[in-house]
Amino acid sequence: MNPTPDAVGAAIDSKKASGGALIGYLPVGFPDLATSIDAAVAIAENGVDILELGLPYSDPVMDGPVIQKATQSALAGGFRLAHAFEAVHAISARVRVPVVLMTYWNPVLQYGVDRFADDLVAAGGSGIITPDLIPDDAADWFAASDRTGLDRIFLAAPSSTDQRLRMITESSRGFVYAVSTMGITGARSEVDSAARALVGRLRDAGAKRACVGLGISSARQVREILDYADGAIVGSALVSALDTGGVAELARTASALSVGTRLI
Amino acid sequence: MGLRDASGPYFGDYGGRFVPESLVEALDELTAEYDAAKADPAFAAEFAKLGATYTGRPSIITEVPRFAEHAGGARVILKREDLNHTGSHKINNVLGQALLTKRIGKHRVIAETGAGQHGVATATAAALMGMECVVYMGEVDTQRQALNVARMRLLGAEVIPVTTGSRTLKDAINEAMRDWVTNVATTNYIFGTVAGPHPFPAMVRDFQKIIGDEARQQVLDLTGALPDAVAACVGGGSNAIGIFDAFLDDESVALYGFEAAGDGADTPRHAATISKGRPGILHGARSYLLQDDDGQTIESHSISAGLDYPGVGPEHAWLADIARARYLPITDTAAMDAFRLLARTEGIIPAIESAHALAGTINLGRELGPDATILVSLSGRGDKDMETAGEWFDLVDRS
Repeated sequence: MNPTPDAVGAAIDSKKASGGALIGYLPVGFPDLATSIDAAVAIAENGVDILELGLPYSDPVMDGPVIQKATQSALAGGFRLAHAFEAVHAISARVRVPVVLMTYWNPVLQYGVDRFADDLVAAGGSGIITPDLIPDDAADWFAASDRTGLDRIFLAAPSSTDQRLRMITESSRGFVYAVSTMGITGARSEVDSAARALVGRLRDAGAKRACVGLGISSARQVREILDYADGAIVGSALVSALDTGGVAELARTASALSVGTRLI
Repeated sequence: MGLRDASGPYFGDYGGRFVPESLVEALDELTAEYDAAKADPAFAAEFAKLGATYTGRPSIITEVPRFAEHAGGARVILKREDLNHTGSHKINNVLGQALLTKRIGKHRVIAETGAGQHGVATATAAALMGMECVVYMGEVDTQRQALNVARMRLLGAEVIPVTTGSRTLKDAINEAMRDWVTNVATTNYIFGTVAGPHPFPAMVRDFQKIIGDEARQQVLDLTGALPDAVAACVGGGSNAIGIFDAFLDDESVALYGFEAAGDGADTPRHAATISKGRPGILHGARSYLLQDDDGQTIESHSISAGLDYPGVGPEHAWLADIARARYLPITDTAAMDAFRLLARTEGIIPAIESAHALAGTINLGRELGPDATILVSLSGRGDKDMETAGEWFDLVDRS
């Protein structure tokens, strides 16, 4: 089974006219594998347009306390890489939203970049977001993603030079992940104005789709971002909801956030 | 091109930059400033002046015949980095990076520390140059190195105990990187070892290679010949690369790095990264590391906080692969025996880190015999380790 060509891009484009896309992050294996699958299905059924499944990793330097706590708990609970493919497969069988993985690079490298890509395709996944892999050092991932058609989603930061933004845009497929602020994951009361400037610069660099993540936790912030970006990425706020109120609370939070995607 | 000329970002297949995009601009800036500084005689002069007037360079060498009787009668010569201001080789690198921070125009520095030696050195340089300093230290290490925490605080640094993961050096680096990603506009990360993303492995080596540059000439002056072997302990590997570098292109000189084997390299509790690990990515570089089949980092164990690290610098990984240097494991027990032996035979109390190199030297001397000369990096002094030693050897009276 091959991923639907450009499923991520199509999902984002189909929401452009009505307001923009909501991308929801949840870690695989938190609080346990079965519940993490139910949780992903629940947010997909409550307004999330693209699922971003995080792979728990021992040294997550881009993650703040909420996601660290969840992923460390998943690791302590016995998370293995193979569970990620099980989760993608199970979720894809239940809901029709594109699923991408968010993973630090060493697990992919150890699994084998080609084998990882093949197994992700077989499970029905659409691509990978790589928080600690920059295009400069990604030759084997370019080869594997070109061979399989998987999306390569690289990060862009407010500190990136114009030259790097062009390289990141040309290297990415699906969308470019615009980091809203200089920092790590976690809810913030205000999303930095740097995000608007960064998306503008990405457009100038030729980016067709730019989605903004880091610090987004309310429908108001989602709306603000979708004013200028193609998608808003929410992580820690969803993980907190799942942690404190289970799948039911998570579904309510996703639904409330998705209000921000609709033009009034 | 000799082996000494390797300058990254890759050493063979190792090194590179596996970091969030947010850090790339800062790393590029650091690389550019460092390249400019390297070409600037004024920078070299300022660095050398600090070495001479603040650190106490050149550090001396000491021949240790009574210790050497236990090492097969080989000639054993110690390079005394333990006599540096702040008590270890770490100050060499820190002063270089602090000068670079001033050049870049930043006023806040952060650092990670395991044993506390690099943290103390960074806090010292920050006090000297009037910079704000935050040191991340695993909570486990803050307990086993409580005196160094007090020293850093006395010097005006903020010490933040890190409570995530294994609560040791690895997690302190993660937390420092999170700080840097967030505060990169105002902050420079003074990295303590020859690991991490480019330019750190090459830059830290360049600031530490004075150890070997001095020692090579000192040994020549003393003995009239190059040593047969050079020995150093290896955690991240900064003192080892510092003393190896001058000898890399001297084919007759064998290079030995001694890794911490904790309870034993064949037990689950060790930090013998090159001996027992395999290539992967940790803290921004590709190198050997201790990891499971899924690429999750495995927690390391060593009695020595400064060697308790599951990764190693990429240049060491390369030197191991091309067989220019050999890396061998030393258990806690062997290191502590050597720790006490040097104290009793020579009146020198080494850092437990450096005691791993001494234990390796005992084995090496027995192998090479009395005609051999071995140069050992005594990277630090053992004052900070007295509590650990007191417990290990039952030295403290209890009422």
